[in-house]
Amino acid sequence: MTKLEIILQDKEQSKKFSQAISQELKLGDVLALYGELGAGKTFFTQNLCSYLNVKDYVNSPSYVLMNEYYGDFNIYHLDLYRLNDSEEVLELGLEELIPQGLTIIEWPEIAEDFLPKETIKIYFSYFEDCRKAIIHSRESIIESIKKILPL
Amino acid sequence: MIEKKYILAFETSCDDTSVAIVDTNYKVYANTTSSQPIHNDFGGVVPELASRLHIKNITYLVDTAFKKSGLKISQIDAVAVSVNPGLIGSLLVGVSFAKSLAYSINRPLIAINHMIGHVNANKIENPNLKPPYLGLIVSGGHTEIVNFINEDEIEIIGKTRDDAAGEAFDKIAKLLDLGYPGGPIIDKLAKKGNPDFVKFPQAMNIKENYDFSFSGLKTSVRNYLKKNTEEFIKKNLTDIVASAQEAITEILVKKTINYAKKYKIKTIIVAGGVSANSSLREKISLESAKINCRVFFPPIEYCMDNAAMIGCAAVEKLFKNDFANLELNAFSTKGLKIL
Repeated sequence: MTKLEIILQDKEQSKKFSQAISQELKLGDVLALYGELGAGKTFFTQNLCSYLNVKDYVNSPSYVLMNEYYGDFNIYHLDLYRLNDSEEVLELGLEELIPQGLTIIEWPEIAEDFLPKETIKIYFSYFEDCRKAIIHSRESIIESIKKILPL
Repeated sequence: MIEKKYILAFETSCDDTSVAIVDTNYKVYANTTSSQPIHNDFGGVVPELASRLHIKNITYLVDTAFKKSGLKISQIDAVAVSVNPGLIGSLLVGVSFAKSLAYSINRPLIAINHMIGHVNANKIENPNLKPPYLGLIVSGGHTEIVNFINEDEIEIIGKTRDDAAGEAFDKIAKLLDLGYPGGPIIDKLAKKGNPDFVKFPQAMNIKENYDFSFSGLKTSVRNYLKKNTEEFIKKNLTDIVASAQEAITEILVKKTINYAKKYKIKTIIVAGGVSANSSLREKISLESAKINCRVFFPPIEYCMDNAAMIGCAAVEKLFKNDFANLELNAFSTKGLKIL
């Protein structure tokens, strides 16, 4: 796993960040998105999905726990914010979902034990007036980000 | 007069398991929900997300519904169930249960969209309500303006691009450490506050656009709280929550009324959990009176997810013999697909 830290100056850069990642994703990938309320997790997902040719509206699944979209992959957009214990994660059928498409998990802390080793982890935070992202992922994704968003 | 029939209805789209019995005159005989303190020695059941808990709850709730209503299962004429949108694992519990039951008692099965169900909760107090009307459906998971042209034809006018209105309440309550669910807590506190204390931004405040966005409001409340001292926030808490509530309800009302005015809508129906919010009720009543439009809300106890509303939505379908077959499946797809 390689780590990269990047400041996203504005919405344009945030979009490019999503775009760079979208180009390197494959079936069965899991993205775990960390960060406090408003740090940019849903915004990232919206952009990522649009680059993966999802036509539907992508909105927050906080209440319903999971939204499904169809684009280049079946996309499972989860939000575990409201779950109380890790047993409930199993009830969601996470393990069965993962191989069938691309799984994006907001507030993934509670599911930590069930995440595959290769999970792409992105930590979003506020940084002055913009956002910061720290990504842990395989090399090809990091390379793609470096290409599209020169540091 | 047509003889009244009884409908046994199920709703398991999200946290709550709910079972109800209604008749075709929209009278509710029982409406039992897992999160309600339905049984004293049970001490109330905590809402749970897992489908395993829906399975645990559902038979108990069916028994309770029959006990409460004094009806027998042989008196049931149809079985109704919400099939979408929602959490797939949870929906499946209700659908599987309803299907098996309908098959075993040899009664027709009726599939209902959860959101259409919310709108139909209004018929409990107003059985004669018929389209055309404009619906504002606002809950923890949904924020939509829907034009009901007639019984079979609907048009989605606007929806949220990110967070739902109810979710905005929950997340703002979370930022302020007020507890969950945020809606009722904020509503109560805001009554003592000044809604003009802070001017929080209203996103998507564009004429001719009926979509919503509440994600920016969440960030702007967060920034406001960061900017001020803990002491100041504590002292002005009711004013701050009143202002945040104002930002949410004002834009909901503004867009609904703008559309109603432009297209000369005569009836507005509010539905979903957020329709219990007192500021929303007050504002939309006031504004719709100005444009000569009637407005309806469900009784407070039928604003949240419940099976009685699913039963109400099934009445028309029962009259039309619009039944689902036993291959019916639940699906999580968003929105109002399947009427």
